[in-house]
Amino acid sequence: MEKFKKITSTAVPLPIEDIDTDQIIPARFLKATTREGFGDNLFRDWRYNNQNNPKPEFVLNNPQYSGQVLVAGKNFGCGSSREHAAWAINDYGFKVVISSFFADIFKGNALNNGLLPVQVSEEFLATVFAHIFADRNTELEVNLEEQTVRITGTDLVEKFDINQYKKTCLINGYDDIDYLLSLKDKIEAYEKTSKYLSLVDLKQEVEA
Amino acid sequence: MSSSDKKTLFQKIWDAHVVTSIPDGPDVLYIDRHLVHEVTSPQAFAGLEKRGIGVFRTQNTVATADHNVPTINQHLPISEPLSRFQVDKLTENCRKFGVNLYGLGHPFQGIVHVIGPELGITLPGMTMVCGDSHTSTHGAFGTIAFGIGTSEVEQVLATQCLMQNKPKTMRINIEGELANGVLSKDIILYIISKLTMGGATGYFVEYAGSAIRSLSMEARMTICNMSIEMGARGGLIAPDDITFEYIQGRRFAPQGEKFEEAVAYWRTLFTDEGAAFDVEYTFDAADIAPMITYGTNPGMGIKIDETVPSLADIKEESNKASFDKSLAYMGLHPGEQLLGKEINYVFIGSCTNSRIEDLRLVAQFVKGKHKAPNINALIVPGSKQVEQQAREEGIDQIFREAGFELREPGCSACLGMNEDKVPKGEYCISTSNRNFEGRQGPGARTLLASPLTAAATAIAGKITDVRELI
Repeated sequence: MEKFKKITSTAVPLPIEDIDTDQIIPARFLKATTREGFGDNLFRDWRYNNQNNPKPEFVLNNPQYSGQVLVAGKNFGCGSSREHAAWAINDYGFKVVISSFFADIFKGNALNNGLLPVQVSEEFLATVFAHIFADRNTELEVNLEEQTVRITGTDLVEKFDINQYKKTCLINGYDDIDYLLSLKDKIEAYEKTSKYLSLVDLKQEVEA
Repeated sequence: MSSSDKKTLFQKIWDAHVVTSIPDGPDVLYIDRHLVHEVTSPQAFAGLEKRGIGVFRTQNTVATADHNVPTINQHLPISEPLSRFQVDKLTENCRKFGVNLYGLGHPFQGIVHVIGPELGITLPGMTMVCGDSHTSTHGAFGTIAFGIGTSEVEQVLATQCLMQNKPKTMRINIEGELANGVLSKDIILYIISKLTMGGATGYFVEYAGSAIRSLSMEARMTICNMSIEMGARGGLIAPDDITFEYIQGRRFAPQGEKFEEAVAYWRTLFTDEGAAFDVEYTFDAADIAPMITYGTNPGMGIKIDETVPSLADIKEESNKASFDKSLAYMGLHPGEQLLGKEINYVFIGSCTNSRIEDLRLVAQFVKGKHKAPNINALIVPGSKQVEQQAREEGIDQIFREAGFELREPGCSACLGMNEDKVPKGEYCISTSNRNFEGRQGPGARTLLASPLTAAATAIAGKITDVRELI
């Protein structure tokens, strides 16, 4: 996983609430067996018409807006657990998604892929949108170590929460599996003492 | 017992599965059952390969093919090349890593959340995960079951554990008796319409109350299945005699003395009187009517005889842009009556409503009737076993005579990864779980409802209040 400490970037505004992962990456694009290339189909049905021509009214097709930060409405990433949504956002080139609320599974998927979900207050989100719409060159500074997001050139700044363990992982580019693999002895010890496992004979399944 | 010793059902199961806790971080949770399917697993298996490790506990892992499978001619190779490749990849990975696979052609194949319960793989008190958000279905057994992403699938394959932060707890009580024609699907659509689609984010929900306790296991599964549609990590219901009766004798469930021993343990799985929840809601069962959605998220639901609301009726959760965008996509307007609206597609299936009970209910209703000429009615059983049972009970014949098309099992038109899609602009009454834009195919307009409402609509050719017919 790529390390993340701080970025300063212009942002792409998407002021829509309840953006579900079916919109981020429709199911018909989930047939790939690798993690690469999903960015081409990010927001596919909002981005392209039936003839595969870009819809000029959609923000990703508007050359005025670009950057490594996606700013979206409340409850971003709800619906399907498909990690392909986080891959698609990453693959397109975003490093941060800012919203006032994230769906749980999306948040976890993003963090596991070095994509930082930054949850801010409704008020701060509205301020960010207002600044971007007033000036498309507005830059946002996202500092993971300090846990702050700032509208650069202003004193408008907000602190955000992040699980300290996940923060350490992102800053160092660690992933959970390396850590879990180091716990093998503890896991095997748990298996020996689990009352539950003693009740159910797990072996009978593989014989089917 | 002091008040601090009192635990919720969720806490009891969670605490029994913590291998270790990371200070100021997540718990390491042991996973008893890991269900795997073709869409969210290939990158996880590739990760194991890259690390040069195997599946840590193959006997805790069960795989099936469901999302991409066609629902006709399943005996032939899958014609769509990408779908075929993904299913073949699953077969290859399961063989290579020694994972038990119920693939196409196997008598146990079916939707991952249908086969778990019917095979007795799902049991009370377990932790279960799958790379699919509707894993919450299994919570009906008093199981901590939730959907995960592909990186987490890899974690579980590699270590049988998952790093998880303990969610907050919510209890939703449904008290009283349900009116005639009101199904568990209506209960959950009603709850989501009240709480909105983000209303339970960060919570694990326990469903309780007399109306919930009166439900069959399959009806309970429908409720837990859609917990994710209000953002909940999962939903669960305390196991009881209805649960134990359902489990007894199922293929992989404990048998004989082991079963009795297990039941004795399962009887300890309930929320202690006085245990604290972070949030609690109580609804009156008598207030629940057949429900239908009008918008593009499952929280946009109304009683079937109500009219499409206006923006002024909408609570703070949906902003103006989303509400107008939603109605524009659906081709509906505020104040419009849905009852009597002509529609052309009916889909009965998905991990929400494709169990034998759903098929029986629909068959009972349509027996001796015929679908309206404008209707395409697709019924897709949840598993090979459901399909087989429907045949044994003569349900297939009833559907044929009523003009319904009974297909072979899979996820089908719920998310249209296979050929089963609703055409652009067409309305479909669907018993599935999501009405998102393009969910059943680009431009398709989905109205979520119960299997009875879907059946009544298929017969009448227009949206129908089933209470007037039974």
